[in-house]
Amino acid sequence: MAPHGNPEEPASSASEIKREAPKVAAATPAEQQHHETPWSLWEVFVRSSRGLSHVHAGSLHAPDAAMALRNARDLYTRRNEGVSIWVVPAEAISSSDPDSKGAFFESPQGKDYRHATYYTKSEGVKHL
Amino acid sequence: MASQNLQSVPAELSPEEQEREAAGKAYFDRIISEDSRIEPRDWMPEAYRKTLLRQISQHAHSEIIGMQPEANWITRAPSLKRKSILMAKVQDEAGHGLYLYSAAETLGQTRDKMMDDLIAGKARYSSIFNYPAISWADMGAIGWLVDGAAICNQVPLCRASYGPYGRAMVRICKEESFHQRQGFEILLELSNGTPAQKQMAQEAVNRWYAPSLMMFGPPDDDSPNSKQSMAWNIKRFSNDELRSRFVGMMVEQVKVLGLTLPDKDIRFNEETKKWEHGPLDWNEFKEVLAGRGPCNSQRTERRREAHENGAWVREAAVAYARKQAQKEHAA
Repeated sequence: MAPHGNPEEPASSASEIKREAPKVAAATPAEQQHHETPWSLWEVFVRSSRGLSHVHAGSLHAPDAAMALRNARDLYTRRNEGVSIWVVPAEAISSSDPDSKGAFFESPQGKDYRHATYYTKSEGVKHL
Repeated sequence: MASQNLQSVPAELSPEEQEREAAGKAYFDRIISEDSRIEPRDWMPEAYRKTLLRQISQHAHSEIIGMQPEANWITRAPSLKRKSILMAKVQDEAGHGLYLYSAAETLGQTRDKMMDDLIAGKARYSSIFNYPAISWADMGAIGWLVDGAAICNQVPLCRASYGPYGRAMVRICKEESFHQRQGFEILLELSNGTPAQKQMAQEAVNRWYAPSLMMFGPPDDDSPNSKQSMAWNIKRFSNDELRSRFVGMMVEQVKVLGLTLPDKDIRFNEETKKWEHGPLDWNEFKEVLAGRGPCNSQRTERRREAHENGAWVREAAVAYARKQAQKEHAA
């Protein structure tokens, strides 16, 4: 009974449990698997609508910028999530050292006067 | 406190390295205890990295292999609408696999290695995808039960302590809900169709019910890694807890479908306030995981074929990129 399918051809050729089935065919030799040039890693930034900045959406692999853009469109904007995409080679990004997080971001500490909330004497004054 | 930390790191490290390790561990422990997030370049225990790498890559493989049972039905979907929906869903699964491979890569594993492990049969993926989809109603049951169980499992993973994994899960969960609803709709339409169609829907639910419950993993007392994963805030709820929650949701939804769940032992335990289900065949689960399920070899073989048949496309793209770069260089 397969009202929507072709009754002559089961959707899957394995319709019953094959306990004796081999796990997988013999693995191809490692040297055969690694002859390809790996595609490089790109970071993807998407502007979700006009007026907003591009935000990091994720990463992907592609051989060049044109393909990276197309892949990014297919991967990160399947539901109208973006109006503009940037792709950046991951290796071109420099980042702060995670081990020195304390020291690197030390400067603003103890400088509460950079925030409006530091100034309390004007409380109650309108439009300030 | 510092001396205790030092004892747990290998002795061959220099004093400075030991100090850095100890500081890293202290920082890691603090982040976890504050229920904050670990990011790729942070120090993390080797076991944490390994656990995540195993879980995320298995998850990615499941999405990729999971395309097969449904792609199999695209050509015989009953209408153009259903065909379009199914294609969009299969495309989503590919996308989910790619989000997760990206997350796994941040832990220091190359994507090529993960791909190679999958087609060499060295990597695991969810046991559910080793069952065959033998009727159109299976597309409904897979969407409703299998994606439903996946959502139940995945929503808490959006808060996993590893940042890239949590972010990938947020994206995935947003997209999964369409998957479950379209499956529910397929079953609902069949259930309201001819008696033969309704029977087909019921048979599909009967086939996928137990395997979908087993997607939550072995019972808590037989799941040795769960405790550590929960301590690390990777997992938020135990396997049995999530399974019970899922059963409770299905009990209500199946009524709307006008179908029944093939489990006479379902009951709400008033004492524990939890849903209970009948016994599951955990031997079958282990058999399927060990590679002796109905479709294991077929699934891996198909993936290998697709990968090898796509080799010329990947090579051509690289050659084209190289040529374009040379042209630009010359200009």
